[in-house]
Amino acid sequence: MENQQITDALVAQFGADAVYGIGESHGILQVTTTVESIVPMIHFLYAHPTFKFQFLTDLAGIHFPDAKGQELGVIYHLHSLENNVRLWIKAYAPIEAPHFPTITDLYAAANWMEREAFDFYGIIFDGHPNLTRILNMDEMDYHPMRKEYPLEDATRHDKIDELFGR
Amino acid sequence: MSEIALVQNPNVGLDKTQKGGPYVNELSTLNLGPTHPATHGIFQNILTMDGETIVDAEQTVGYIHRAFEKIAERRPFYQITTLTDRMNYCSAPINNMGWHMTVEKLLGIEVPKRAQYMRVIMMELARLTDHIVCNSILAVDTGALTGFLYVYQWREFIYEIYEEMCGARLTTNMGRFGGMERDFTPVAIEKIQKLLKELPAALKEFEGMVMRNRIFMDRTQNVGGISAERALNYGFTGPNLRAAGVDYDVRAMNPYSSYEDFEFDVPVGTKGDTYDRFLVREEEMWQSLRIIQQAMDNLPAGPYHADAPHYYLPEKQDVYHNMEALIYHFKIVMGEIDAPVGEVYHSVEGGNGELGFYLVSDGGRTPYRLKFRRPGFIYYQAFPEMIKGTSLSDAIVTMSSMNVIAGELDT
Repeated sequence: MENQQITDALVAQFGADAVYGIGESHGILQVTTTVESIVPMIHFLYAHPTFKFQFLTDLAGIHFPDAKGQELGVIYHLHSLENNVRLWIKAYAPIEAPHFPTITDLYAAANWMEREAFDFYGIIFDGHPNLTRILNMDEMDYHPMRKEYPLEDATRHDKIDELFGR
Repeated sequence: MSEIALVQNPNVGLDKTQKGGPYVNELSTLNLGPTHPATHGIFQNILTMDGETIVDAEQTVGYIHRAFEKIAERRPFYQITTLTDRMNYCSAPINNMGWHMTVEKLLGIEVPKRAQYMRVIMMELARLTDHIVCNSILAVDTGALTGFLYVYQWREFIYEIYEEMCGARLTTNMGRFGGMERDFTPVAIEKIQKLLKELPAALKEFEGMVMRNRIFMDRTQNVGGISAERALNYGFTGPNLRAAGVDYDVRAMNPYSSYEDFEFDVPVGTKGDTYDRFLVREEEMWQSLRIIQQAMDNLPAGPYHADAPHYYLPEKQDVYHNMEALIYHFKIVMGEIDAPVGEVYHSVEGGNGELGFYLVSDGGRTPYRLKFRRPGFIYYQAFPEMIKGTSLSDAIVTMSSMNVIAGELDT
């Protein structure tokens, strides 16, 4: 199964508006899609007779503060164990309303992965059965992996970014 | 007996299903953890019990969350190695080398054959320690302490090999980008040969004591089982998935570090229960020994690290006498080397399954985003489903055989 086959099938099914940013990174195919197309696309890939992306390897949140209107992203790492092909599906949403659909009904594994992305990035997965913090304490009032939260103590002057070229 | 006395002391043998009876719907709550000697780590499970039977479990994790992914965004690549070995501390070298291979993939560094073989040897030793701990502690949890004492000294012995290779025992920080930090010393080779010669006898003894033991079998068979479909749906990997009958092993499916050169079998179970998980781990130890034997027999000569001056620390001797070496030494230590822009995912077969590193680099000195795929975090969420309807003692054994490691779970 070639990567080209997958992208052709995706474009044929969802149109070029919903399948863009097609690329390959060290052999792993990646496509970007819209938030609305995530669930139909993952269902399509799951049920496809030859692709069979039935294993959810991981789900990663990401924050790009400079990408206006597309600040928060989710990367779905799918794996077709039968064909041994991996695929990343990316989608972005504005930080003011970071709503993504849940895929817990398809993959039970997505439950904690989505909770983790919510915990660290504040990404809201609509329809998730129990969207609460998982690794941080419940009382926390911010989402620590967002880029505006610095790691170092802001009062220290020996670790300012300039000294380290950051 | 008067009527009043009867009401106060209801008949214990009363039909439970009878509506309005004294025992109907009487569930109790039991806290298992956060610190409990039988959970081997800091996890909390709030169990809802119907007598001895578990009705439901609510999990709380994150007690030792250390924000590794956030810290990693401020650290040069080589300083992240020390974060990785604090994840699955039972098999730290696998984490270290998985991270090194991820960065090598991003940088495009070709690692020499000898270094790849050395890595395979260290990773398989790490798998041995991981499985020794898991299986012998499983026996302890079922009440058999003796077997544990027989094999645990070999874990100690493997830690001595680590010590010989990198100076540390638990949090190893072993290897560098491009290879290993030092070649095998004669002592290390001697110790590995001794291990290959003497561990099989100890392992056989352990298996003879536990594997066909009636009590152990009764305690573990048909306990905490999961079907292959559910296991895949829950994202199981590693021995826990293979026990359910799926032969997914990253070493065989996507070979890295020259695993394609070695001959080994991928054991699978049929039922996915605690006993199958135990058997799969036992067999994997034999396969690990087989791989180490092959790697030692065919250990190629040549350099033990790549020529990657921007990432591999120069010889100390050169730093004092050679200008370039001094510059590179300074730049590496201060973390002043920019990585190329890119996005890479690399996974290795960790002690518990697919250990993945998703690295996004924006061309800076630190990762823009680093996501660890910790197998334990993903499969531990199936625990309530696996223990529903069983008793508390079965839940303890199930958790033990899943080999959930708090450090890996909580990053």
